[in-house]
Amino acid sequence: MTFVVPDLEIYEPPKPPKGGSQANLGKNITAAIIPLIACLYVGLVILAPALSVVAQAFAKGIQPFLDNLSSPELLSAVKMTLITAAIAVPANTIFGLAAATAIARKKFRGKALLLSIIDLPFSISPVVVGLMLVLLYSPSHGVFGSVINSLGWKIIFSWPGIVIATIIVTFPFMAREVIPLLEEEGWEQEEAAKTLGANDWQVFWKVTLPSVRWAALYGLILTTARALGEFGAVSVVSGNIRGETQTLPLFVEDAYKQYQTELAFGAAAVLGGVALVSLLLKLVVELLLEQDKKAREIKPDA
Amino acid sequence: MAPAWLRPGTLPKLKLPSWPWRITWLYLGLVLFLPLGAITLKAAGVGPAGFWELATTPEAIASYQISFGLAVVASLINGVFGLVIAWALVRCRFPGQRLLDSLIDLPFALPTAVAGLALAAVYSSENGWLGEPLYRLFGIKVAFSAIGVAVAMVFISLPFVVRTVEPVLRSLEKEQEEASWCLGASQAQTFFRVVFPQLLPAILGGIAQGFSRAVGEYGSVVMISSNIPFVDLITPTLIIQKLEEYDIDGATVVGSVMLLFSLASLLVINIIQVWGQRYQATSTAVG
Repeated sequence: MTFVVPDLEIYEPPKPPKGGSQANLGKNITAAIIPLIACLYVGLVILAPALSVVAQAFAKGIQPFLDNLSSPELLSAVKMTLITAAIAVPANTIFGLAAATAIARKKFRGKALLLSIIDLPFSISPVVVGLMLVLLYSPSHGVFGSVINSLGWKIIFSWPGIVIATIIVTFPFMAREVIPLLEEEGWEQEEAAKTLGANDWQVFWKVTLPSVRWAALYGLILTTARALGEFGAVSVVSGNIRGETQTLPLFVEDAYKQYQTELAFGAAAVLGGVALVSLLLKLVVELLLEQDKKAREIKPDA
Repeated sequence: MAPAWLRPGTLPKLKLPSWPWRITWLYLGLVLFLPLGAITLKAAGVGPAGFWELATTPEAIASYQISFGLAVVASLINGVFGLVIAWALVRCRFPGQRLLDSLIDLPFALPTAVAGLALAAVYSSENGWLGEPLYRLFGIKVAFSAIGVAVAMVFISLPFVVRTVEPVLRSLEKEQEEASWCLGASQAQTFFRVVFPQLLPAILGGIAQGFSRAVGEYGSVVMISSNIPFVDLITPTLIIQKLEEYDIDGATVVGSVMLLFSLASLLVINIIQVWGQRYQATSTAVG
């Protein structure tokens, strides 16, 4: 402590006040106007519509809302949606983790191209995704139509089509979240595990997976949220048969078109609730991810 | 910890380096390449002359104009407001900031059918919270018109610009701006000459992503549009209508046009990203 030269402590470069650079310039007006515009815009475009769903769903109180929820057609749509997610999400998780372990650590020609290919479903219109499946599996005009007919399968206008459509629009999420994290991490831990005699499977379970757990969880939340809410791709292949091949988002649109407004808003409120839960979970995982990153940044210095 | 069945010796040795690749290619093949192959095959079956004819029918061209035109408008609006919101989130402190931050992600999280229903309800010119006053005071009909389609596109593409600009804005070094002020530049000069050029790749990238998403969007748009050809019928809805009329060739061709657009937009977005990384690389090299 006695070695500290006091003169050095006295000089501190002038710091801008806490209000940010705007306040520093003495232009407090812009500092107030920008948040105001931002809030107004988000309020008009996002908050008002979101609140209106809640208001409409509960317009007549809680009891009618609950009655709407117990409508058999709505329950069947919920079931269809849950089945779809129950197949699509695990399948995409396996693919996402496999693709991430395969791609992230390697440098090879065409890596950027492969990453773009994985991202492709995000740029293709969901309707085109549905169209492609019809052109592939439709019994009357699909490429595999005759094969599917002779096998007696039903893919289009049935649940397998809905599941495949959901898988296509949601598969990039997991790989996208996990790959950047694995790229940042080195091979060292895995190599250490291997030197100590672990086999590849063990390395994956005990070293790779734990190191990307929060990113994987984040990807899982995004995949699930989108799988539960997908509309465009599913609407092309589902046939939209009430009580059979209708998922919850399709039910919302159908009920609205049939002027069953209360049912539509009831179902929409359920989906909106799911979206809110996914947002909250995302926030929690984001915090965990940040803590994890900080912990890692400290390690090499220590 | 790992379950007991993972102990050494209890599992047959797997060749991990090849297994992930096998899963990746098999999966991509089944869910991506096969459908892409199907549409390519069907489109090729139509023949170049037929393709051109079906791709340029008057209703198809009108739908492109509506889809692309309104998506340009929506993504430019979001380009401006996305920048304002990102600035508010990064550079300002105000009550409700966290809430604003969370609300930005709502269009990503909310199923598009719910978004469409919500927008149709709130912008309805008969009893909507916002639509009724707009209609009464200004005579503007939002829901079930082209304006409504643009509003839906604005809604679903809003997060892109905010979320691409935010990290870049956060990483900017205050010193540069301080230096610029010290050298006598005004606030506007500092913004347009020092800050804005560094944000530009992120803004353009966000606009391009939002545009690409808005062009392909179906769920929210179909519910707020009246779906009248030549007025507010978007291309994805046209594809669905053609499928429902069993005009498979027509649907295939218009779908292929959209697919080609998606590939082109992916290329543009990648180019913008590479360009943006060049900026980032130079700034980290200095820092």
